[in-house]
Amino acid sequence: MIDARGMSCPLPVVMVQKEVKKNAPKKLQVQVDSMVCVENISRYAALQGYEVKTDKDGDDFVLTLTKK
Amino acid sequence: MKKRINPWIIVTGVLVGAAAVALTAMGNPKNMGFCIACFLRDIAGATKLHSAAVVQYVRPEIIGLILGAFLTAVATKEFRSKAGSSPATRFLLGAIVMIGALAFLGCPLRMVIRMGGGDLNAFVGFAGFVLGIVIGIVFLKNGFTLKRNYDSSVGEGFVMPGLALLLLVLLLAVPTIFAFSEKGPGSMHAPLIASLLISLVVGALAQRSRICMVGGMRDGIMFKDFNLLLGFAAIFVTVLIGNLILGSFKLSFAGQPIAHSDHLFNLLGMVLVGWGSVLLGGCPLRQLILAGEGNGDSAVTVLGMVVGAAISHNFGLAGAASSVAEDGTVNPGGVSPAGRIAICIGLVILLCISLVNTFVKKKEAK
Repeated sequence: MIDARGMSCPLPVVMVQKEVKKNAPKKLQVQVDSMVCVENISRYAALQGYEVKTDKDGDDFVLTLTKK
Repeated sequence: MKKRINPWIIVTGVLVGAAAVALTAMGNPKNMGFCIACFLRDIAGATKLHSAAVVQYVRPEIIGLILGAFLTAVATKEFRSKAGSSPATRFLLGAIVMIGALAFLGCPLRMVIRMGGGDLNAFVGFAGFVLGIVIGIVFLKNGFTLKRNYDSSVGEGFVMPGLALLLLVLLLAVPTIFAFSEKGPGSMHAPLIASLLISLVVGALAQRSRICMVGGMRDGIMFKDFNLLLGFAAIFVTVLIGNLILGSFKLSFAGQPIAHSDHLFNLLGMVLVGWGSVLLGGCPLRQLILAGEGNGDSAVTVLGMVVGAAISHNFGLAGAASSVAEDGTVNPGGVSPAGRIAICIGLVILLCISLVNTFVKKKEAK
């Protein structure tokens, strides 16, 4: 799981982009702590052909990206 | 595709553009309906951090933006006190961004507003802004980070909204404690209540839409994500249409309101703004909104920008607008030698900050 909590824009997306480009995972989980990051990663993931499921984890969020 | 676009972004862009045109019509300086750098500088002047007599006013727009973002973040449960991501570096970056913006005479928001008024100098600034963003992206792609922030005490997040409220109360209760310009841009302003109400709405919408002048270009280049760029485009188009309707559109380098044609330093000033803003994670407007949402690092950045404004004017670094004297003599204005040196020092500092936070960190990780 990528822990992108507390990172400024656009680093959470950069972290996801790096992993997607390097390993092209079929499934990827990302932990973030703001709705802005949820929105940004969701838009990027959709462009890369991933389905995104968002779950609340206390005050944080866990995004599960699954390749379509 | 529609799902990928935050619908608030276009609404916000149009409203910011319309607000800029409306506030100018109501008294704000021309092509300066909304300028975060200029307005923070005016507040620095009003609070006597600098003594440039022509740029001193407690701009209600800044107060409204912070409080609008704060109230919206609380209402949507997005308010969260966070801090601890390299605050001293962010303070320095805020000051450098401000010094660059004041050399050009505008933050990225005023740059777009000036472009919409036909000011070709702003297009030169725009080229520098994009160049700065590209330089910042190179470091981001190589691992630049100011490290993460953490949840902090609840009080931390209330500091900037609290300061904004205090400033408003003092402005209403004891305005005589502040310095107010009697001539120049600082003396030109829309009625307080109009500025405050409009900026409260803009602050709320900016919080919802995440609008960011640097984010649009950055995300477009890095991720082919053009969501935020739509906000940028919407402001430009709205201001352009507004100026065409009001007859205030003038396509030229010369004779533009509060501008100069010192091309190289207009460009380099905005390189500082674009580069610094990418490192910070958002433009000056976005920093204000984040500060309203409880982000202590952004609050420190805003304070850095205020100090940067004071430095700019106390040391004569800010650009001088071109002007025409009563006898018809044209003073071209521009950036002073001290301002040019400051911009060069700013570029060196940005390079150092970029290198240290990109490569030294990597070495530690090995």
